[in-house]
Amino acid sequence: MAAAAIQLKTALPSLPDGWSAEKDFKPMGSLSQPTSRAIEPVGPHFLAHARRKRHKRTFSEDERIQAEKSAKKTEDEDVGEISEPEDPMMLQREAKDWKSQDHYAVLGLSKKRWRATEEDIKKAHRKKVLKHHPDKKAAHGQEENDQFFKCIQRATDILQDPVKRRQFDSVDENADKEPPSKKDVQKKPGNLYKLYGPVFEAEGRFSKKQPVPQFGGADASREHVEAFYNFWYNFDSWRTFEYLDEDVPDDNENRDQKRHQERKNQNARKKRKAEDNQRLRKLLDDTMALDERIKKFRQEGNKEKNKKREEKEAAEKAAKEEAQRKKEEDERLAKEKEVADKASREEGKKAKEAAKNAAKKNKRTIRNAAKDGNYFAEGEPSPKDIDQALQDTDALILKLDADELAAVTSKLQGKSGADVKAVFQAETKRLVEAGKAKDGELKTFS
Amino acid sequence: MNAEDGDQASRTAIGISFGNSYSSIAYTVDEKAEVIANEEGDRQIPSILSYVSGEEFQGTQAKAQIIRNPRNTIAYFRDFLGKSFKEIDPTPCHASAHPVEIDGGKSVGFTVQETEEGEKSTLSVSEVTTRHLRRLRQSASDYLGKDVVATVITIPSDFSDSQKSALTAAAKAAGLDVLQFIPEPISSLLAHDAKQQLSESSSGAPKDKTVVVADLGGTRSDISVVASRGGIYSTLATVHDYELGGSSLDQVLIEYAAKEFMKKNKNATDPKSNARSLAKLTIEAENVKKALSIGQTAAFSIESLSDGIDFSLTVNRTRFELLANKVVASFGRLIQSAVQKAGLDVLDIDTVLLAGGSSHIPKLSSSMQSIFPESTAVVAPAASASAVNPSELVSRGAAIQASLISEFEHSDIEGSTEAVVTVTPHLQKALGLASGKDGEQFSLIINADTPVPVRRTAQVSVADGGDVLLRIAEGEREIKVTKEEKPQTNGAKGEDDSDDDSDDEPEEVREKVWKAGKVLAEAGIKGVKKGGKVEIQINVNTDLSVTVVAREVGGKGGVRGELEATKA
Repeated sequence: MAAAAIQLKTALPSLPDGWSAEKDFKPMGSLSQPTSRAIEPVGPHFLAHARRKRHKRTFSEDERIQAEKSAKKTEDEDVGEISEPEDPMMLQREAKDWKSQDHYAVLGLSKKRWRATEEDIKKAHRKKVLKHHPDKKAAHGQEENDQFFKCIQRATDILQDPVKRRQFDSVDENADKEPPSKKDVQKKPGNLYKLYGPVFEAEGRFSKKQPVPQFGGADASREHVEAFYNFWYNFDSWRTFEYLDEDVPDDNENRDQKRHQERKNQNARKKRKAEDNQRLRKLLDDTMALDERIKKFRQEGNKEKNKKREEKEAAEKAAKEEAQRKKEEDERLAKEKEVADKASREEGKKAKEAAKNAAKKNKRTIRNAAKDGNYFAEGEPSPKDIDQALQDTDALILKLDADELAAVTSKLQGKSGADVKAVFQAETKRLVEAGKAKDGELKTFS
Repeated sequence: MNAEDGDQASRTAIGISFGNSYSSIAYTVDEKAEVIANEEGDRQIPSILSYVSGEEFQGTQAKAQIIRNPRNTIAYFRDFLGKSFKEIDPTPCHASAHPVEIDGGKSVGFTVQETEEGEKSTLSVSEVTTRHLRRLRQSASDYLGKDVVATVITIPSDFSDSQKSALTAAAKAAGLDVLQFIPEPISSLLAHDAKQQLSESSSGAPKDKTVVVADLGGTRSDISVVASRGGIYSTLATVHDYELGGSSLDQVLIEYAAKEFMKKNKNATDPKSNARSLAKLTIEAENVKKALSIGQTAAFSIESLSDGIDFSLTVNRTRFELLANKVVASFGRLIQSAVQKAGLDVLDIDTVLLAGGSSHIPKLSSSMQSIFPESTAVVAPAASASAVNPSELVSRGAAIQASLISEFEHSDIEGSTEAVVTVTPHLQKALGLASGKDGEQFSLIINADTPVPVRRTAQVSVADGGDVLLRIAEGEREIKVTKEEKPQTNGAKGEDDSDDDSDDEPEEVREKVWKAGKVLAEAGIKGVKKGGKVEIQINVNTDLSVTVVAREVGGKGGVRGELEATKA
């Protein structure tokens, strides 16, 4: 933020006589109290302010750091292009052998290969052209040999055309990573992940779907591993083998020959593609067999299953025991009940008998009471009266149950003559009211 | 929100100005903000949604439906967002779908016939906003050919937190990640400054200035007084008028046209009494108003306005300006009240920036010019040819901000907008050099209301050379009134109120005068060459301590001194 200097139009006073201060500066006061306001978090200058405030930088510090930052950016670009040493054998190549040449190596991109961006290729091409242009060689007094320059042009042609580049990438053996041997993998527990990771990374370049899931480490989650194998078993590859086609004769003389060659190429491509698919499948099968994680997950799965089964069995056992216990309890209770029933039945029998006896006795008392009450007649009772009285008494007794009999008997205790009749009459009245006897049924007591 | 944070670099962020009446979208290409036109070619897209036989219309097409299908057309809903039914003012919606209470009064909705058949459905304001924003996002994505996922949205400076969070949620539902909300006036100012920077092609911070940003919208006006110091903006005061806006001017034209219509057709029904006629008149009035900002005359032309009678009427600009006088005057008063609220004088204002659709009106900018002194620059299309289209200012500012922060992570943006960072001590008094015999004259270096830390450099030419004294002092601004002693009214007012009979009084002259106050420090520079220059750099630190460096330009060494921090 190099703010331009403000131009002031004012006449400065000259130093008064005798003015002096330490280092020519005389502090005389400090600022007035500030007002606190919120500034609006908007605009490029606010960003600079926020940066200074958050990192606690002063103006000049911030300027320096920002300047360094922007300077570094340009530097990075240069660092990005590491020029590779050129193999002298490669420089001797003939342009006509372009099919067998490693285009990436020609451009000095043998480390980046399929990862190289178009920008990389463009830059690399420019660098190589600057160095190997035939005119330059001629200027140096060397013999004019533009073979390698042609190689460079050919490599650039192929790599800058997306279709041709894919065809070359498909058969770029230098980018392939051989799967590690079983022995290597089993040397150390972590080796599997270290060795197979790059293999799949290299294979992943053929995928139509990007990004490609990575192999991951020993502690990868189950979902990750499953997604990984799912992806790779359904691998959708763009790999093609046109690059390995044999040249089709393009003279128009022999058409049959040409067609024959074309057919042969087609078949070769198909065959190679099938082989490649098979190779990948085998690689996957091998990997999966070696993959400790799969085993681990399987064990975990089994453990889970076992655990479930055990739990189920335990539950069943508990239920069985519970049932057994319940059965025993029921039996015990039944037995106890039986005993109790028997006892109560016998007791009941006794009580019934006693009650029967009591009732008999009571009935007798009542009947005797009729007799004691002079058969409820005035003066001497006539046999008819007696007969009637006895009949009615019996009828009354029949209508009374054991408890009532006992009550009547207790009422008759120590009574004779007219009192007896009063008791009988009261009882009859009660019966009539209770609806057990009809009015006038028992004439003697009505 | 953290889910998207991983994909910072490739996200496309646009600026959205979401207004009550119009919305617009903008994008930055090569540091230049461009307003994007939607499929219909509109850069100002009416914030209106309409449902016609199961189809959703937005923008201009929806606006046309206000005449035929008013109850299924939702307009002016922005200010209802995040508010309860009690808090809203439903007046602007009179001609369209009426707001209804939903969620037990906690929020507002609209009941419209959304599908061709079946029952009417009630859409919450959030849902309406989401649909509107989704349309805007679609338009932007189609235009740019890239999926737009993030945005900076402008809001009025008085938007509450609940309104903000409601808007964030609505935008989220529309697939837009709100990077930041910025106040409309600040956004306008940012866009204006960016444009000036480009045209002047000067690097570094813009000049210090105090700006009145008047956002004159369709239904409301918001005025902010902003101190712009080295490109950092501090709002000094804001005023809002929720009734005054472009529609007030439309109203004036509607009244006039209706009167003329009734004059011509004595027996016809008053077009204002019929909703459909009124809607036709309203839309035509808006068009006429816009046309009058460009041309000298414009015509109303409405088929079957009332009772099947066609209506046409030519209005010239002078007529409109006469009719609109009262409304224009109230705009002026509103702006003056904002300046007053900031504790400033019109003389303190360096720039008046008019934003919002109503700013196109020439009369408004000329009235501003008469209120403010000549030293104040009025930025409006009618006053300066280089002014940015005021309708586009707001969204452009948002687009610039979006391009600045689109690469930052959410936590960074939040961290930078926290009060810890934004609340800053501002200088209470101006700083400068005191000169003159008794040190009374004052030359300004750092203006008042400048946030600290701040660094400013000034140069003074020394004609005679020799030893000079630099006296750093605080300054105070005074308004000097000469000739007529009539404080606090200025000449501009007389022009507005034509019925003022005191026009022949001698006009007073008001001046802004700086006076030196407390002297902070003195520094002596010895042996300055004849015709040389002295440079002085004042650095106010965060703790309010001051570092002063003074030297002769091109000279060696120099004087360096510090002042202690102010004690709280």
